[in-house]
Amino acid sequence: MLEVSNLACSRGDHRLFSGLRFALYPGQIMQVQGENGSGKTSLLRTLCGFLMPDEGVIAWRGESIRDLDEEYYAEMLYLGHLNAIKDELSALENLRISAGLAGVELDEKAAIAALRRIGLRGRERLPTKVLSQGQRRRVALARLLVSDAKLWVLDEPLTALDVGAVALIQELIAEHLARQGMVIFTTHQPLQVAGVEMHGLSLS
Amino acid sequence: MKKSTLLALLVLVIRRDLLLAMRRRADVLTTLIFFVMVVSLFPLGVGPEMDMLRKMAAGVLWVAALLSSMLSLGRLFSADYLDGTLEQMMLAPQSLSMLVLGKIAAHWLVSGLPLVLMAPVLGIQFDMSAQALGVLVIGLLLGTPVLSMIGAIGAALTLGLRGGGVLLSLLVLPLCIPVLIFGTGAVEAVSTGLSAVSHLSLLGALLMLALVSTPWVTAQALRISME
Repeated sequence: MLEVSNLACSRGDHRLFSGLRFALYPGQIMQVQGENGSGKTSLLRTLCGFLMPDEGVIAWRGESIRDLDEEYYAEMLYLGHLNAIKDELSALENLRISAGLAGVELDEKAAIAALRRIGLRGRERLPTKVLSQGQRRRVALARLLVSDAKLWVLDEPLTALDVGAVALIQELIAEHLARQGMVIFTTHQPLQVAGVEMHGLSLS
Repeated sequence: MKKSTLLALLVLVIRRDLLLAMRRRADVLTTLIFFVMVVSLFPLGVGPEMDMLRKMAAGVLWVAALLSSMLSLGRLFSADYLDGTLEQMMLAPQSLSMLVLGKIAAHWLVSGLPLVLMAPVLGIQFDMSAQALGVLVIGLLLGTPVLSMIGAIGAALTLGLRGGGVLLSLLVLPLCIPVLIFGTGAVEAVSTGLSAVSHLSLLGALLMLALVSTPWVTAQALRISME
């Protein structure tokens, strides 16, 4: 459903990758591998449409994401290095606002339930600036729980997370795949999802 | 889960930015205090000659409003850019122009509207007539949103640049000159006994033009800055 053909990308004069070709179908998960600086983040950002590829086409359901624009964005969720949460707002406010920006109106009960599942029970109404790095990451990851996006683009989702949270994320990904969702991600930590074949994509 | 409409999104963005401004009150107050200080320094510096003060009142108030709106522009997108919220806004399945319009509206409510409300009080220091004060307020009411909207383009273009603040002023100030001319012209017209309608209509036209074009231009500038 997500098809990438002949993709080339460069930062400045440096060619990161070229001739990249892969496809991701419902229920599939793909890990983008490569050393630091090999272009993993650039690839994911290109998939989000932030970066213009030098060459090649990214197609979603057979149509270029450039043409689809908002229709594509309604079906994808991106979680980058930055948490996109506001220090001054509580976890609850942050989650409801980011869901709102993604086009989903989230009521307070659903938001609290999501935050509890992600392991922030009792901290829903604290300003996020008093939370730890890992807890702030959890606030960002709670978006996975309240989104109905088909395609998840996750850039290093496991940074700053403890063992319990990593297990939870693996569980969420497994559920998403079982719902015929798609995941493309990068990580330097081991991430296993039970019962699914992990597709790999190496950038060098 | 309910899908939100364009209007709901606009309201969401405005409410979010107002909420953030309420939690970061110092930022809002600096702009306002700067405006009050600059305007109040003139009568002290120039001396108590009423005729002179009355003549320069509109100019001083408008220039001070222009400068203090510059002061707050840097913050319009930079916080969202640094913490990644802007990325998420670009991925919103709705028009980015609408989101931008929401942010500009919130910015004006926080840093433009207080200036408009303060202006008549400050105008008294310059011995302005009631009629001139009225026209000044209407002019500011029409003009300060234009300043916010033009400023938003500059803020989007200089996003993530070092020393962007100075560059921002250099980019935006020349574009604000028409607003300044019509705004002060309106007050001058009523104080010389003419009608201010033509100046105010031109300000209104500028507002409409800016309202239609600047959100889209700002959205494009943001996309360029994100690359």
